[in-house]
Amino acid sequence: MKALRHFLFSPAAVLGLLLLIGIVGLAIFADLLYPRDPLALAGRPLQWPSLGGRFLLGTDASGRDIAAQIAHGARTTLLMGMVSTLIAIAIGIVVGALAGFYGGMTDDALMRMTEAFQTLPNFILLLVLVVVVGSNMTAVTIAIGAVSWPAVARLTRAEFLTLRNREFVQACRTLGLTNRWIIFREVLPNALAPIIVYGSVVMATAILLESALAFLDLSDPNIASWGNLIGQGRKVLRSEWYVSAIPGVAILLTILSVSLVGQGLNDALNPRLRGR
Amino acid sequence: MSSIPTLLILLAGLFVLLQFAPGDTVDALMAQMGGGDPATAAELRRFYGLEGSAAVRLLDYLWRLVRLDLGFSAIYNKPVATVILERLPATLLLMFSALSFAFFAGMLLGIVSAQRVNGWADTLISLLGLVFYATPSFWLGLMSIVVFSIWLAWLPPGGFQEIGAGLTGIWLVLDIARHLVQPTITLSLIFLAIYLRIMRASMLEVSTLDFVRTARAKGLRQGEIIRRHVLRNALLPMITLIGLQAGTMLGGSVVIESVFSLPGIGRLAYESVVQRDLNTLLGIVFVSAIMVICVNFVVDLIYARLDPRITAGAS
Repeated sequence: MKALRHFLFSPAAVLGLLLLIGIVGLAIFADLLYPRDPLALAGRPLQWPSLGGRFLLGTDASGRDIAAQIAHGARTTLLMGMVSTLIAIAIGIVVGALAGFYGGMTDDALMRMTEAFQTLPNFILLLVLVVVVGSNMTAVTIAIGAVSWPAVARLTRAEFLTLRNREFVQACRTLGLTNRWIIFREVLPNALAPIIVYGSVVMATAILLESALAFLDLSDPNIASWGNLIGQGRKVLRSEWYVSAIPGVAILLTILSVSLVGQGLNDALNPRLRGR
Repeated sequence: MSSIPTLLILLAGLFVLLQFAPGDTVDALMAQMGGGDPATAAELRRFYGLEGSAAVRLLDYLWRLVRLDLGFSAIYNKPVATVILERLPATLLLMFSALSFAFFAGMLLGIVSAQRVNGWADTLISLLGLVFYATPSFWLGLMSIVVFSIWLAWLPPGGFQEIGAGLTGIWLVLDIARHLVQPTITLSLIFLAIYLRIMRASMLEVSTLDFVRTARAKGLRQGEIIRRHVLRNALLPMITLIGLQAGTMLGGSVVIESVFSLPGIGRLAYESVVQRDLNTLLGIVFVSAIMVICVNFVVDLIYARLDPRITAGAS
């Protein structure tokens, strides 16, 4: 509760939280606000944004409503970002926990693998995966999760290394608990706070990866996506720059809110680092 | 360095994975030619070594990799190694300039920020860092083109050099530099944000240590303390970060090179994905891994130089 109070007393964290709630709300109510297919023709192409007009944020080169694409794109971005972050954290926790808990050969083997993954640039690895699994939404989400886990694994391992010889773990051993129980029921809950905080960094990166992929037209073309809209706007950049500008601001605000919340959580949960 | 064997295993894994990819080079080539009969396709497959079982091709691939032979690109009609080497200079230049800019600007801003903790300069710099961190580089690139190339017409919107200008010597260097200003800055801002944050935290951490208090007690001036005592120690985490970020930066250059149409290996990676040129794609993965390993090697050297305890401990 003290952590919560600390979180709520930080203006930056609260601002981030409000922003995030707004974006989540937009994603949830996208169907109510814009019930029509966001990728369908809505009106005359390339109308500039206008406050009183029919299209608040204008239309793109194919005559699709930009505001509708932003609202539905929020759904895509948040869903893909969340799920791929969960995948990355799950893989990272399993790899890191096994390496940190057992040590020795297991640790060596798993850490070699993690290092090798970190040596390969993650976006290029993502390109390879997209070639293989194709570019529908599920495949891309899994692929992003599959390239984002190494840092989580290292963090988890470091936490486990400091925890595995504590008294409570030794007590569990003398009680005859299985290793699986000790790892997931005893050690992991104690190691979880920094991992959850780091989750905000993973999610920010995941959103960037997804939007970059969509910008290059390598993500699912059948769903409204901010990155894709930026890519579409590139063709009319010279005169109708707003087509690219608007979705970029959406991405910026989303990542900003995620990292502000993450930073707030970090300050609230790690009192040692307060004031930095 | 010790991860090279693992890396080879990983590349073999990727090779196997790519066998499951729908559509190969020949399909893409046939599509480019506007279709053709199966006999031609089979002939092309034989020509580019795409027939035979996966196991045979894997062994063949690994053996070639050991000899640094990256195979043949059917799209460019050249050995993959040649294609990549032609594209390498632009990427290396972009990486080097972006990394240097991010490092030094991040370092300076971090120092300023740590000097005035919680003052207005600190708040402003931290805010700037947050915004830089949240900005997608490719979008920033496009917006920068709108402002600096279209509205103000100060900088070229893309390309590596003026084509057909026939520049030589210093003018060629200046021309390339002018083309690299926008890509460098847009690629580096997100890293600048990370460096700035780490530098600030690291400066604050080191400033609380005993030897800094001693230096202050000796009566050294603030500037002197920072330059001779704090900076050298505070730089260690920054150097580590270079090694960790090298791969991410290479990945980022894929999008930046596409935005600014720079002829580098990032854009080559994108093109080979679109054209299903799997040999080239795997070659790029291999070469970029080698580059990251080299950067990490240099980082280790710098590290040992900054902190003599590290070599002393190792030997």
